[in-house]
Amino acid sequence: MMDLARDASFPAATRIFEEGGEADRFWIIRSGTVALDVHVPGRGRAVVETIGTGDLLGWSWLCPPRQWHLGAETRTPVVAWEFDAPAVRALCVERPALGLALVTLVAETIGDRLRATRTRLLDLYGPSTGGPASCL
Amino acid sequence: MSLIPRPYRVVDRREETHDTVTFVLDPAGEPVDVFAPGQFAMLYAFGVGEIPVSLSRAPGGRRLTHTVRAVGAVSRALCGLTAGAFVGVRGPFGTPWDIEAARGRDLLVIGGGIGLAPLRPLIDTVLAQPYRFGRLNVLAGARTPDDLLFKDEFPAWGKPFSAVTVDRPSDDWGGRVGVVTTLVHEARFRPGRTIAFLCGPEVMIRATARELIRRGVRPSHVQVSLERTMRCATGHCGHCQLGPLLLCRDGPVVGYDLAEPLLTVREL
Repeated sequence: MMDLARDASFPAATRIFEEGGEADRFWIIRSGTVALDVHVPGRGRAVVETIGTGDLLGWSWLCPPRQWHLGAETRTPVVAWEFDAPAVRALCVERPALGLALVTLVAETIGDRLRATRTRLLDLYGPSTGGPASCL
Repeated sequence: MSLIPRPYRVVDRREETHDTVTFVLDPAGEPVDVFAPGQFAMLYAFGVGEIPVSLSRAPGGRRLTHTVRAVGAVSRALCGLTAGAFVGVRGPFGTPWDIEAARGRDLLVIGGGIGLAPLRPLIDTVLAQPYRFGRLNVLAGARTPDDLLFKDEFPAWGKPFSAVTVDRPSDDWGGRVGVVTTLVHEARFRPGRTIAFLCGPEVMIRATARELIRRGVRPSHVQVSLERTMRCATGHCGHCQLGPLLLCRDGPVVGYDLAEPLLTVREL
């Protein structure tokens, strides 16, 4: 698959993709930080998560309708491997074992982010039960 | 260990966040015994009540530093005290961080919310003797940027890596957003030669410990500070029982190999 990769670099504060745009690429971040955001009317872009070195940037290319459901902007200079999504999907069709491995990896990433999001929904840092760190 | 409250005077007070205050206390008479990082005191707000509070700065002589978050009647009373006021102190209680176990190893110090406070004395100790330890990584999570403790100390903790992340960023926050576990893969540590110290909400502790173990850190090398309601601090009242443990006596610092099976039992 790395034969399909090309080097990409982005200065800080670069919009990599916009919510609703065509998801025709994805990236593996080699260094730097990217903020994922949602446009909130009246407020502007609200950052929902940041990702960094070693992370997959973008999975909307995998499933229809293949549109970005978030926007992405670099927080720092970013170096990444960029992949052409249609070419990768075609390779997966051609080589199902590779396709399964790739989908499994992407699903793992999606699962990690889902678990992290659910954890944040719990608002964990609120008042706790009465130990020495919570100071009831 | 002092079982009877001894009077201490507030000699310094610093507001860390909108609801969290750090106090420096000097003994007004005979001091309590010297604390070790990770241990806690029972702080008595006269006429209101007593709560457990960990040490939040490495012990320096007879002086004690505690960080208190105002979430209940007693902690609100403590947070309202100003320089010159008196509090009662019992202690030291509980098990300390096993810093000796980290000698020659990399360290991962991971705190969530007010959980960063009991970890700071550990960080102080390591920074005071860097030649005894491997790489120090400090990772912290907070609800919002305004809830982050000890912000101005983070640059000095980055040897080689320190980072913070928040759940809910403000519009002007330029840092990380997400759970603290997402910082782990950026830390610089050798899993087989690492000791981790975790303090924060129990769900965060479990998720972080799982992530560390998945990356090759041994469960017995993950030390966690656990919370249950503590009242007597001497292992008699049973309020802080967690299975076979009384956390005021057998904790708060416990190895994750011991804690993990207990944390998954709903009845506990």
